[in-house]
Amino acid sequence: MSNFETVIGLEVHVELKTKTKAFCGCANQFGAEPNTNTCPICLGHPGVLPILNHEAVDYAIKAALALNCEVARETKFDRKNYFYPDNPKAYQISQFDQPIGRNGYIEIEVEGKKKRIGVHRLHLEEDAGKLSHLEDGSGSLVDFNRVGTPLIEIVSEADMRDPKEAYAYLEKLKAIMQYIDVSDVKMEEGSLRCDANISIRPFGQTTFGTKTELKNLNSFTFVEKGLAYEEMRQERVLLSGGEVVQETRRYNDATKTTTVMRGKEGSDDYRYFPEPDIIKLKIDQEWIDRIQAEIPELPDARQKRYVEELGLPEYDAMVLTQTKTMSDFFQAAVAEGADAKLVSNWLMGEVSAYLNSNYKTIDQVPMTAQGLAKLVQLIEKGTISSKIAKKVFKDLIEKGGDPEEIVKAKGLVQISDEGALRDMLAPILEANKQSMIDYKNGKDRALGFLVGQVMKQTHGKANPKMVNKIILDEVNKL
Amino acid sequence: MSRINEEQVKYVANLARLSFTDQEIKTFTTQLDDIIGFAEQLNELDTQGVEPTTHVLDMYNVMREDVVEPSLPREEALKNAPVQEDGQVKVPLIMEAD
Repeated sequence: MSNFETVIGLEVHVELKTKTKAFCGCANQFGAEPNTNTCPICLGHPGVLPILNHEAVDYAIKAALALNCEVARETKFDRKNYFYPDNPKAYQISQFDQPIGRNGYIEIEVEGKKKRIGVHRLHLEEDAGKLSHLEDGSGSLVDFNRVGTPLIEIVSEADMRDPKEAYAYLEKLKAIMQYIDVSDVKMEEGSLRCDANISIRPFGQTTFGTKTELKNLNSFTFVEKGLAYEEMRQERVLLSGGEVVQETRRYNDATKTTTVMRGKEGSDDYRYFPEPDIIKLKIDQEWIDRIQAEIPELPDARQKRYVEELGLPEYDAMVLTQTKTMSDFFQAAVAEGADAKLVSNWLMGEVSAYLNSNYKTIDQVPMTAQGLAKLVQLIEKGTISSKIAKKVFKDLIEKGGDPEEIVKAKGLVQISDEGALRDMLAPILEANKQSMIDYKNGKDRALGFLVGQVMKQTHGKANPKMVNKIILDEVNKL
Repeated sequence: MSRINEEQVKYVANLARLSFTDQEIKTFTTQLDDIIGFAEQLNELDTQGVEPTTHVLDMYNVMREDVVEPSLPREEALKNAPVQEDGQVKVPLIMEAD
């Protein structure tokens, strides 16, 4: 058991999916040909006049409200000055001392324990260009398409005490952004990026230890792994009598370690000052109310409703609400009249397994919510067995369509007619008389064997409950 | 009284990625000191009870609608870049800058 307590804070950048950039009319579009979405404003030519995108402000307010923040009634933009090739203006338009949102929180759950993680601030700013480093070392290439894309930076309080909490925070933050539909939140496309601050301190100490900052965290798993490594590294440093140095470290997944990128102390001096090109903002109650009305039911509320109204276990409700697409699919299937728990079982079992192994999301497969609902209902009604259902499912998720049609076309309807079943079973039982006797004599396993024989010869179409009943009847007659 | 020293000028020059000769540093130190001295006259004003100004225009909420407008053709956008490769601007290798 460690003697140290870990303290983690996260800084997350979320790209907003407005149609245009934050301060000019260039398209905000991922994956376009390099340098085809630029203009004198985002390229920082002299004498241009950037004008704030109304939609970007709306999205930032929406995100602030969804994260339970207080929204600033009056706010402004500031210039953050730095020189780097991804930034042609040599400054970034950002917000320094008057962020749009403050003092919010996100509710997380780790191993059944709920916890509230504070959101220190949320502000609106613009993204920089994209640099790619040439393998031959001859230089770096700059694509300015991303310059000026609206971003919100969300800074958490240093409230997390475990890398698992950091993971849960990111999952929830991502889900909320998806629900309110302000971002694609795709880490692989850079529309969600995360830096992590971590320090450790002896239990009971109230002041923070010296922190390090982790970068190059390209997935939520890397965040968790990088933090776990850093937790251990700092502990070793302290236990061997050393001191943690404040620095930026890069996570390397190949070695599962972090390495120092640069000393942080004294290197940042951004000389912020109020941005003269952008006019101040006044956000009145009417504006806030209008945005508030656009916020749909969020994952926490849905989770609660699934438990209270649909009777789902907490765990199911949590998993199903993690992404809006899955949650919407679930709701649509239940709205078709299918049993909520059965739909949940399918989604968390077969469906998730298929999606994970094919790197797909539920909205990327031909199966519809109506289709899954019908499949579940066919099992409930006894039209097909759950074994047959798995065969139907394979067709359904790959090709879509109506499960009833699939069942008919493939002749998979379950045989539940008792007379027909007795006729079918008679020769099979006759051929396996010895097993019947064994079962009667107390060899329980023999029943499983008999049922297996029947299922094999009826291609899984016999109703298993009735098969059991008939076999027991016949055994009793012996 | 000197308000600006050579170290400060070198520091600011470094932030701006500029390098100067010792003679230039001396000249800029004197010039910057003069400019700051000139601006310092403002300190003679009594600003007690005056709200700080963050913007010279007393206006609010000037925004544009989220409507796409044409961008520059790529050749036009890159016209001033001295070195180009694959439709991008080529710069000296930048990795983990200090």
